[in-house]
Amino acid sequence: MPLGVDVETIRHIAELARIKLDDEELEEYARHFQRVLEFFKAIDEVDVEGVEPMYHVIPTVNVFREDTPEKPLDVEVVLKNAPKKKEKYFYSPPIV
Amino acid sequence: MPIYDLTATELKQKIIEGEYRVEEITQEFLERVKKDPLNCFITITEEKALEEARKRDRELGRLKPEKVPPLYGIPVAIKDNISTEGIRTTCGSKILENYIPVYDATVIQLLKKAGAIIVGKTNMDEFAMGSTNETSYFGPVLNPWDKTRVPGGSSGGSAAAVAAREAPLALGSDTGGSIRAPASYCGVVGLKPTYGMVSRFGLISYAESLEQIGPMARTVEDLALLFDVIEAYDPRDSTSVPPKFRPKTDSYLQAVREAKPEDLKGLRAALISELMGAGVDERVSSLIRRSAEVLEDFGVEVEEASLPELRYALPTYYIIAMAEASSNLSRYDGIRYGFSADVKAKFYDAIAETRSLGFGKEVKRRILVGTFVLSAGYYGQYYLKALKVRSLIKQAFDEAFTKYDLLISPTMPIPPPKLGEKIQDPLTLYVMDLCTISANLAGIPAISVPCGFINGLPVGMQLMAGAFQEELLLRTAHLLYGRFGVSGVKPPL
Repeated sequence: MPLGVDVETIRHIAELARIKLDDEELEEYARHFQRVLEFFKAIDEVDVEGVEPMYHVIPTVNVFREDTPEKPLDVEVVLKNAPKKKEKYFYSPPIV
Repeated sequence: MPIYDLTATELKQKIIEGEYRVEEITQEFLERVKKDPLNCFITITEEKALEEARKRDRELGRLKPEKVPPLYGIPVAIKDNISTEGIRTTCGSKILENYIPVYDATVIQLLKKAGAIIVGKTNMDEFAMGSTNETSYFGPVLNPWDKTRVPGGSSGGSAAAVAAREAPLALGSDTGGSIRAPASYCGVVGLKPTYGMVSRFGLISYAESLEQIGPMARTVEDLALLFDVIEAYDPRDSTSVPPKFRPKTDSYLQAVREAKPEDLKGLRAALISELMGAGVDERVSSLIRRSAEVLEDFGVEVEEASLPELRYALPTYYIIAMAEASSNLSRYDGIRYGFSADVKAKFYDAIAETRSLGFGKEVKRRILVGTFVLSAGYYGQYYLKALKVRSLIKQAFDEAFTKYDLLISPTMPIPPPKLGEKIQDPLTLYVMDLCTISANLAGIPAISVPCGFINGLPVGMQLMAGAFQEELLLRTAHLLYGRFGVSGVKPPL
C-alpha cells in the first residue's frame, strides 16, 4: 500500500487533472493525500472475492431514440457563455 | 398568522379561495429573501418572480378550482446547481460565477408547469462538495437557529431559506447527504429520493451515480406536494427509472393526507447499530432512541440491527464520489463557458491556470484525489475495489429490507458545529457524513425529519426504506412529525 505520497506524485496528478499548483500547494496536497489514503485504507481488508463492481445502483439500459434530427440550438445561443469567441467559433488558447 | 408562516398547502388553498393574491404572497416572501440575513441566496429573481406572480393572478379566474396546477403561485427556492434558463447558475463556485444556462433543468420545467414561482438560487457548498455550506465561493450560509453555527450542506441555502420562512419550498440535491444534513441542522424536512426517481437532466454533476434532486419543506405534507411535481420519468436522463419500474403511487400528497397510525401497525423497524455508537454524540443517539419509541406507540416493532458492511461506507463513498467528481469537473476549461484565466499560454497551461484560479480548495482536493484513484496503477486498488464494496453494501441493505421495512438512524452524528470548526481538516468534515452516505451508495430513499432539539439546536431523525418505498417513508415521516411536537417551534425570525 503506497502511503509515501510524495510531491512528485502530486505533480503528476495535478498535470493529469490540468490544475496548476505552486510548490507550497504541492506540499500541502501531498500531506492531505497521506491522510486521505490512510482513511481509504479501511477497504483493503474487505473480501471482495467473486463480487461484481457496482457501476449503476439500478439495472439500467441505455436509452435510445429514433434517429431523426431534432432542432439544434442556434449558434448564438451555444456561444452565449463563451469567454472568447470569433464568428461562429469558440476561441481557444493555441494548441501549439 | 403572517403569510410567511403559512405552509405551501395552506397558501395554495388561500390562493384558490381568493383570500390572498399571488402577487402579495410573492412580494412578502421576496422582502424576506432580499434581507437575506443568513446568506441563503446567490441570485434573487425578483423581477421575474413578480412578473410571474401577476400572471398567475390574471389567469386564476379562468381556471376551475380542481384544474389549478399543484404549485400555483407558490414561491420555491432552487439550489444553485440546478440549471435555470436565463438565470445565473453558479454551483457556489467562482468558475461559474457568471454562467447563465440556456436551458431549464427538467425539474424546473415541471415546477413551471405546476405554476410555481422561482424566487432565487440558493447558496451551496462549491459543486456540492461539503457538509456544512462553508466551501461556497459566495461565503457560508448561517444556521437560522444560531448564526454562529453551520446550517449543514451542501444544500444549506435551501434548508436555511425554508426554515427562515424565506420560501415555503425548496429544491436541493443530495450526493452523500446534502439534502438531509441541512434539513437536520435547520429543523426542516428533506427527502433524498430513490436513485432515478427524479430527473438529473440539468443538475450540474458532482457524482452522477450517487446524486438526486429532492424536495425540502417545513412539513411532510408540503414535501409530498413538491415531490409529486418533480418525480417523473425523463427520457433525457438516461438513469431515470422508466415508467414500468416506477411505483404505482398516483399522489404522494394524497398518501400522506390519508396516512393513519393503524397503517403502520405490524411494520418492523431497526435502529442501525453502526450509526448509533462510535462517532455519534450520545445526546443525539438518545434522542433518536426516544423518538423511535413513537413508532412503537404506533404498533411498529423496533429493534436494533447491525449492518457490519457500513463500517466501510465512508471510504467507499469518498473514493467513488471523488473519482466521479474528477471526471465531471474536467469540463471546466474556461473555453466554452465560465471563468477563464486572463493569461497568455498554450492550451493545457491556460486550462490549468483557469482551473487553479477558478476552483476552491476543497474542490481541488477532491479532483486531485479522484484523479489519483482512477490513475493507472491505483485504479484497481481504490476505485475498482470501492465499486465492489459498494455492491456488498447494497446487498447488505437488500438483505436488511427482507427483515425490516424501515431503518432508522440519526441524520447527523453531532449537533450543528460552530462555523470554522470542521472546515480546517477535511477528514473531520468527511466523517460528518457517517449516517447519510450509505443511502446514496445503495440508491435507496432516505428522509430526515426534525425530532427534537439539543440546546435549542434541531436534530433530525433519518428513516430509510427499500428502493421505491417513498410512500412508506412519507406516511411514516408525516405521522411521526405530528407526534414529535416540533412544528410549532420557530427559529428567531
